[in-house]
Amino acid sequence: MNFAFSEEQTMMADVVRELLARECGSAALRGQMSAACSFDRERWRKLLELGLSGVLVPEDAGGLGLGGADFVQIAEACGHACLPEPLVDHAGVVLPLLADCEGETARAALTQSLETGALIALAHPQTPWIVAANAASAFVLPGPDGLRLVRSEEVRRVQQAGIDPLRQLFTVSGEPAAGALIAAPGAMAALLARAAERGAVFTAAELVGLAQACVDLAVAYAGERRQFGRPIGANQAIKHHLASAQVKIEFARPVVHAAAALMPALPEGVPQSVESRARVSHALLAAGEAATLAARTTLQVHGAMGYSWEVDVHLYLKRALSLTQRWGGPEHHRQRIAERILSAPLGPDRLFPQVAKVTGTTPMKRTA
Amino acid sequence: MVDLRYTDEQQAFRAEVRDWMAANVPAEPLPSFDGGRAGFEAHRDWEARLNDGRWGMVTWPEAYGGRGLDLIRWLIFEEEYYAAGAPLRVNQNGIFLLGPTLMEYGSEEQKARFLPPMATGEEIWAQAWSEPQAGSDLAAVRARAVRDGDSYLLSGHKIWSSRAVMADWAFGLFRTDPASERHKGLSLILFPLDAQGVSRQAIAQINGEAGFAELFLDEVRVPIGNRVGADGEGWRICMATAGFERGLMLRSPARFQMTARRLVELYEANRETCTAAQRDAVAEAWMAAEAYALSIYATASRLIAGGSIGAEASLNKIFWSEMDIKMHETALAILGARAELLPTAPAAGDVGRWLDGYLFSLAGPIYAGTNEIQRNIIAERLLGLPRG
Repeated sequence: MNFAFSEEQTMMADVVRELLARECGSAALRGQMSAACSFDRERWRKLLELGLSGVLVPEDAGGLGLGGADFVQIAEACGHACLPEPLVDHAGVVLPLLADCEGETARAALTQSLETGALIALAHPQTPWIVAANAASAFVLPGPDGLRLVRSEEVRRVQQAGIDPLRQLFTVSGEPAAGALIAAPGAMAALLARAAERGAVFTAAELVGLAQACVDLAVAYAGERRQFGRPIGANQAIKHHLASAQVKIEFARPVVHAAAALMPALPEGVPQSVESRARVSHALLAAGEAATLAARTTLQVHGAMGYSWEVDVHLYLKRALSLTQRWGGPEHHRQRIAERILSAPLGPDRLFPQVAKVTGTTPMKRTA
Repeated sequence: MVDLRYTDEQQAFRAEVRDWMAANVPAEPLPSFDGGRAGFEAHRDWEARLNDGRWGMVTWPEAYGGRGLDLIRWLIFEEEYYAAGAPLRVNQNGIFLLGPTLMEYGSEEQKARFLPPMATGEEIWAQAWSEPQAGSDLAAVRARAVRDGDSYLLSGHKIWSSRAVMADWAFGLFRTDPASERHKGLSLILFPLDAQGVSRQAIAQINGEAGFAELFLDEVRVPIGNRVGADGEGWRICMATAGFERGLMLRSPARFQMTARRLVELYEANRETCTAAQRDAVAEAWMAAEAYALSIYATASRLIAGGSIGAEASLNKIFWSEMDIKMHETALAILGARAELLPTAPAAGDVGRWLDGYLFSLAGPIYAGTNEIQRNIIAERLLGLPRG
């Protein structure tokens, strides 16, 4: 039992953080915003040069063959930077899904993407709006006969104006027979279910990073902005708001990390027990609440400045709004929590499901 | 490397605790330790029994009655302890607060003298820090320790001292330098509560029980060897103790996980009258207990790897105290009209001890440093906001 990241795990995330600090600062984001471009090819290239797209892809398919615990801090860093490019979806969900597919077509697309950096996007029923679909070279589309891999020339993309000024959203559709079949309907359901677990966990990680960025932003502002002859951050009203936001973050982060640790390196699948599904849902709910509170708090701490277009607060607020509704949304995940607590054993010895194997006298029986 | 699986040794340890608890935990809950001498002594006997099995404090070195185990095993122990419905720890001020403090700052003589009877429950401890004019502003302490040869003479007025009505010893914060102000010139000194010059005045708590006391000290003579750490080092040492108090030991996650489990059982028993909002509140409570437990596992892993816990303890204190109140409020809402009935009322039915627990939970945001003070600490020391 060890719930601390290794030096390698943290180092990899540190490298990403440093790169994003250089390449994805406020000025760069604002440049992209005015150009209405949610995909900066140069930044994408630099991120992928670090090997990020293959973190979760098995070694025999050209990846690093690592697991969720190795990727989660990277996703957090992407959230913290308010990264417009859908790296978390691409590397955390889509490429693992392709690696999870049987057959040559998926494998070839995976290899090609790892080599060239081509963005592949997934039209998952739980996340209908695809980020930066205009920059993708291929799409994974669910259909009546299974999962299809369709090249961008063969799809119809419709832009859906959204609130996040850094991300262009699209719906994507293709002819029923377009592209190549990569999974039959039965396999597709399982693949999409696993993709949804990965998507929820890594989105939760993005949200935790985003929440921390909101607090960081507010702390910096509250230290500089002076009213009544002193920094506003010297007032308890401000301090207590920010402390409350930080508490939310601190008790979301370990849930997200534990949920990520449920996802071992491929080809082992994502567990689908009622306990592990609940942990994933818990991660997304807790991270969503932390991000929502932190974004609202940073807006309040910034006062009228926070409500203005020229300060970055709104970028984070809008990203939080967008991410919290992905992968089924809060009500769906609350349902999954209810399923877990009303059907599986509870108690202090049930934090990690493995404990069920302990022999010995069972403590107090469940009454209901 | 994150690996959330127990080793075979950890699993075997859990089974060992489980078996011992099954064979030893009293079938009926003990009477409250704050409700009178009988309950207090019953809890003291339980401490002795625990210690006979060497379960008193599993993280302590073997020389002092422990097993020298790491914090992950401590967590496993706590999980089994609360799952078995074992009694609350009457000596928590000793074993969770003063014990770790002595381990870090005490002399060898002090450790040898005080830790073993603390582990067995022969000596039960109270904390004597607050004063009428020194609550949140603890550095305003005025009680003094005047040097007289090889002794200190302790005088002053301490208050809100938990367990002090019946405890045997207290650890207090005293001004050893009469010319000093604020955080300087304070020392941590141990004194017996039955010493000449100590008078105790019980204070009835919100539930009517004498859970804490006022202490009036009039030239209480103790050897200077009862001072923990150097002269004037008291503030620094007490802040470290407060870290243990808020941070890790005092409120282990297992207790809240048990409360969450009981809450789910209460929901199930009253499902027909519960609303969807109540279901969500129950789910929230369960998630909060899980989050707290996961966070403590992460902290324990960090400490085992050589890290430390400082102002982060304040995050924990806010979280568990607010969670505890919410859990109990949810239970009372589910009980509806019966919520206000004591278990002895003919119409109470199976209301359980939610009302008791609720009253107790209300103290959480106040003791061990109010949550307002904790938020200041987080803002200033963790986030780096300017001091007010």
